[in-house]
Amino acid sequence: MNIDTILPMLLTVIAAATPLLLASIGELVTEKSGVLNLGVEGMMLVGAVIAFAVTVGSGSALLGIIAAAFAGITLSLVFGLLTLTLMANQVATGLALTIFGIGVSSLIGSSYIGTPVEKLGALSIPGISDLPVIGPLLFGHDILVYGSVAMTVLVAWFLKSSRAGLILRAVGESDLSAHSIGYDVIKVRYLAVMFGGLCSGIAGAYLSLSYTPMWVEGMTAGRGWIALALVAFASWRPWRVLGGAYIFGGVTILQLYLQGSGGIGIPSQVMNMLPYLATIIVLTVISAGPWRGRLDAPACLGKPFRPAS
Amino acid sequence: MALKIEARRQISTRMLYMTPFIAVFATVVAGFFLFMLLGADPFEALYEFFISPLETKYGLSELGVKAAPLIMIAIGLALGYRANIWNIGAEGQLTLGAVCGGAVALAFWEETGFYILPLMAIAGMAGGAAYAAIPAFLKTKFNVNEILTSLMLTYVATLFLAVLVFGPLKDPMGFNFPQSRMFSDSAILPIIWEETRLHAGFIVALLAAVAVWVLLTRTIIGFQIRTLGSAPAAARYAGFDRTKLTWFCLMLTGALAGLAGTFEVAGPIGQLVPNISPGYGFTAIIVAFLGRLHPLGIIASGLLMALSYMGGENAQINLNLPQAVTGVFQGMLLFFLLASDFLVRYRVRRLKPLVEGA
Repeated sequence: MNIDTILPMLLTVIAAATPLLLASIGELVTEKSGVLNLGVEGMMLVGAVIAFAVTVGSGSALLGIIAAAFAGITLSLVFGLLTLTLMANQVATGLALTIFGIGVSSLIGSSYIGTPVEKLGALSIPGISDLPVIGPLLFGHDILVYGSVAMTVLVAWFLKSSRAGLILRAVGESDLSAHSIGYDVIKVRYLAVMFGGLCSGIAGAYLSLSYTPMWVEGMTAGRGWIALALVAFASWRPWRVLGGAYIFGGVTILQLYLQGSGGIGIPSQVMNMLPYLATIIVLTVISAGPWRGRLDAPACLGKPFRPAS
Repeated sequence: MALKIEARRQISTRMLYMTPFIAVFATVVAGFFLFMLLGADPFEALYEFFISPLETKYGLSELGVKAAPLIMIAIGLALGYRANIWNIGAEGQLTLGAVCGGAVALAFWEETGFYILPLMAIAGMAGGAAYAAIPAFLKTKFNVNEILTSLMLTYVATLFLAVLVFGPLKDPMGFNFPQSRMFSDSAILPIIWEETRLHAGFIVALLAAVAVWVLLTRTIIGFQIRTLGSAPAAARYAGFDRTKLTWFCLMLTGALAGLAGTFEVAGPIGQLVPNISPGYGFTAIIVAFLGRLHPLGIIASGLLMALSYMGGENAQINLNLPQAVTGVFQGMLLFFLLASDFLVRYRVRRLKPLVEGA
């Protein structure tokens, strides 16, 4: 193996990791506020199809991405209305959101199957992007790849160092205390849920505009669920989410390369199982390991909150 | 005049049984606007979606064909949901059941005999239960979230089925199509309504619902499951074995989903193909909630969800609408149900002004 074979591989790892990173960083903020939204898969799918439809319709990928973000926020508001205002069960509502998202996306997408779209262009800096190895590896990506990393930095700073982030964490750790010192728990959670929707929508946009620039029914293929697992894997820490997303991107690409290299006589479908099996194994290891009990899950995760009136 | 939302002291039983009807009504109203948005005549579309499948013998019989797996899976799921055990991988357990039942059918391909179908049913149940045993083991042993594991296993199951029908179980005379041989007559479920596809599995589904109802209301383990869900602290003080109950619920759901899978391949399909179910395992989640996690309610909601599949087909054939409207209807229905459940636990009261005429 030399640099000419490793480099394209690393580039594809980045591409496979980006949608996972976007979706999980959003879900991380949602969960930090104490809300478990299992609808990531559904929001990603709707984001993917809306981004695609708007890009095809308007010719502007940027508009497509913005529309996907709004689609994600809209769906997350439905989730918020049900779980935060009407206090429905978060698990059941999240499942409903995913089922609804699968339905809506295939309804909207039915007229776009087979339509081509131009792949999201790379942001290139003349000169630097042409440097060997470093150029394509660091400077040859599209806006969403950089956006996903920037989002991680932003979220890490927000949660650790900003006042608003502190309030958000307080709401997730002890909703009653946060309420009693005067913070609006429901409002904070709404905002956190909306941020999760925004990120999931953009994650979907990355899939249909860049990763595989087309619309395919159910094209997320479980990535929304893997993103949920990643948040737990990262024990609710932004930098670990980044690491986890790239490890999972690596697993996805590894199996593609093993398939591509032809041999080893394993059916391609068995190789396709790898990311899903890896998720199960990772979840088992983090739940069973010696650090069990220090998983740092927000204390109020999944619990409804209604201030006594 | 102000409105005040207040918690009910006890949940309202009347509302508990009213909300499914409210949700269905809201879905129909929303569907009206959805069809308008899609450019169809909404009255005609609603008619095609909800009424016309009930007008023909074919439609009625297909209702039973599609309701059978939904009911069977949903009653198992409901049992677990009552105890806060969130198995959402019934689709995978169904697939494994189809694979195991189908493998028996193919092994006895050249035989005839009454014993083949029961053997397939046992294999299907064992396959589904074994597959549900994975999340059960991980949950009880390592406290791994069963939502994510059971769902991940669904993707694995679909791929496993593909490995088999593209490989070892492919029909040797099948022109290389990814499907198995057609099962022999001894491996096909008897038809209970002449000239239709309605098979004996529908009766089994109804019997299973009644059996689970008896289990839930008349046995100790049923009482323990209900307590575990509604009063976990009480269940702990009473010394109910959470591990045992988790295993019980997951294995029973897995076995029922596996049986449903076997019935699909031994009934309407008649062979192993890469796609066995149009998402029955996921739709059954809605069936379980809409049926109020009650076995008898689930029979009714199973028939209604079966109607939504038929409606989607009709809308596609007669009105040229995408069949995906089925999924949108199903999702909306669950949303409306969860939203209207608010009325079960809370009530809205008008506050009288404290001082009249002030």
